[in-house]
Amino acid sequence: MAEPISAAPVSDQPDGQVRIKNYSLNFGPQHPAAHGVLRLVLELDGEVVERADPHIGLLHRGTEKLIEYKTYLQAVPYFDRLDYVSPMNQEHAYALAVEKLLGIQAPPRAQYIRVLYAEIGRILNHILNITTFALDVGAMTPLLWGFEERETLMEFYERVCGARLHAAYFRPGGVSQDLPAGLADDILKFIDHFPKIIDDIEGLLTENRIFKQRTVDIGVVSKADALAWGFSGPMVRGSGIPWDLRKSQPYDAYEALDFDVPIGKNGDCYDRYLVRIEEMRQSLRLMKQAVEKMPGGPVKTDDRKIAPPPRAEMKRSMEALIHHFKLYTEGYHVPAGETYTAVEAPKGEFAVYLVSDGSNKPYRCKIRAPGFAFLQAMDFLAKGHMLADVVAIIGSLDIVFGEIDR
Amino acid sequence: MAVYVDEGLAPLAEKLKADLGADLLSAEIAKGELAIEVARDALGRVLKHLRDDEACRFGALMDVCGVDWPQRTQRFDVVYNLLSMRHNRRIRVKVATDEDTPVPSVVDIFPSAGWFEREAWDLYGVFFAGNPDLRRILTDYGFEGHPLRKDFPLTGYVEVRYDAEQQRVVYEPVKLAQDFRSFDFMSPWEGLGLSQLGQLPGDEKAQAAPAPAPATPPKA
Repeated sequence: MAEPISAAPVSDQPDGQVRIKNYSLNFGPQHPAAHGVLRLVLELDGEVVERADPHIGLLHRGTEKLIEYKTYLQAVPYFDRLDYVSPMNQEHAYALAVEKLLGIQAPPRAQYIRVLYAEIGRILNHILNITTFALDVGAMTPLLWGFEERETLMEFYERVCGARLHAAYFRPGGVSQDLPAGLADDILKFIDHFPKIIDDIEGLLTENRIFKQRTVDIGVVSKADALAWGFSGPMVRGSGIPWDLRKSQPYDAYEALDFDVPIGKNGDCYDRYLVRIEEMRQSLRLMKQAVEKMPGGPVKTDDRKIAPPPRAEMKRSMEALIHHFKLYTEGYHVPAGETYTAVEAPKGEFAVYLVSDGSNKPYRCKIRAPGFAFLQAMDFLAKGHMLADVVAIIGSLDIVFGEIDR
Repeated sequence: MAVYVDEGLAPLAEKLKADLGADLLSAEIAKGELAIEVARDALGRVLKHLRDDEACRFGALMDVCGVDWPQRTQRFDVVYNLLSMRHNRRIRVKVATDEDTPVPSVVDIFPSAGWFEREAWDLYGVFFAGNPDLRRILTDYGFEGHPLRKDFPLTGYVEVRYDAEQQRVVYEPVKLAQDFRSFDFMSPWEGLGLSQLGQLPGDEKAQAAPAPAPATPPKA
């Protein structure tokens, strides 16, 4: 006969109490809410998180090592593969770093094109983050609406450089080619059309009871914590620190353009969501100004030792042909020196610490990814929260493993 | 359009020279960025000063990374990039070390240093004394070696594949179907010598005597 199953566990303690062991839970690396290959080892007391230990590196590809073996130009496409949600913003940091070491500046038109596409990248990123975050906490429709718009933006990427994701468009010295005819008009049409979509998504989420219950007062970051953990981007702005590199240390054409920096009050997941929504509206403002104010002229530096000559010229000029050959075999040499150049990527401060020894390959290229610092704080953010809140926190951190694992 | 220029770096460098004394080995402003080298044992003191001093207020440690210079006796630089949101200013702090000497951990000053130090340990083998959790972070479980050292080959030593017979992933020594190709790009580009960039590595080969012509193979 089978033993009767007792409902309550039998006490093994002298005082009659039951000792319950903490429960360790493996979250990921194949969990859809882990936003990639995150393995999170959670120690749970009931349903309360006692400790969170993120294991990263499952997508480590050795980008920094590979860059040391490539010329400065060949290293550009590696940056598309970091944060693959907003590829051009990464290239932007690298292009600015190399330009700083070379002592050159992109021509004005190229600077406006870069701003235009950096802001497209910001919208690409925020659409993905907001809608998948909403999906994680139970709202499916924003994802379907948002991805339709992402597709439009991807088309703008494709029309300007031929690739939807692996753009290699921002290059040291400018951009690889000019905007094709008609593209600016289509971007303006998108700028008129997209606020309606933001309103629709906001209509589903911003005052949604379930969404607010899942995000308000979850994962609160104080101002002091945001600094101590090296946060940046919406993670500091959500906590009420008005810090945006586009304003405080402007690069390219940002100085000439007018935009506002939204900040939150409470530093919780909900405020970070609101900050990202408003940043999309500001990005549209920036894009509109960039298209309207964009001057004519060349889109890459006319220094033929750095940027290649036009193809037509190569058919006639021996010198142009030699330049082209040397640039695409040996590449250009960058004077010895080092720089830490940061841009305001959609996720936060994305920086390249570039050391040159005077040769044609970077001696060291450290990639400072914003998500790396965010995920590091996972233990501090999740401690004391319920297991379900971990998903909301991961969603609001905006992590992409391409850049964290490099 | 102007690149952001920080006017306050030169006064800050002078002030740091006065405040830090012997802890500061050198301070240099290049390309609009201030970089200081400090003594290894003084690192904690210096970073605390940079964080708390009213004129510095570098409240955020944005990045820590290693750089390998194998020809030096102290082959590693550990580079700390700090940001002051109060003064809108950046500073770079460098500490030199070798394979055996630990660098004091700064986790108690900047919690954000934790993972960055783990990464430098993983990729360069720089040991951080006092870091409570110095595990590998980016490489595989059970990985051996420090892959970003200059003497670590780009191809690595082991490769993995899924073995259908054993029903698991197996590790094998790297087998290259063709030799790894590495080109000597240090041939001179004479046109560049005239530009504002000046003499570059490899340019000296233009002045050097031409390499002896290869012996003509005997005609068959």
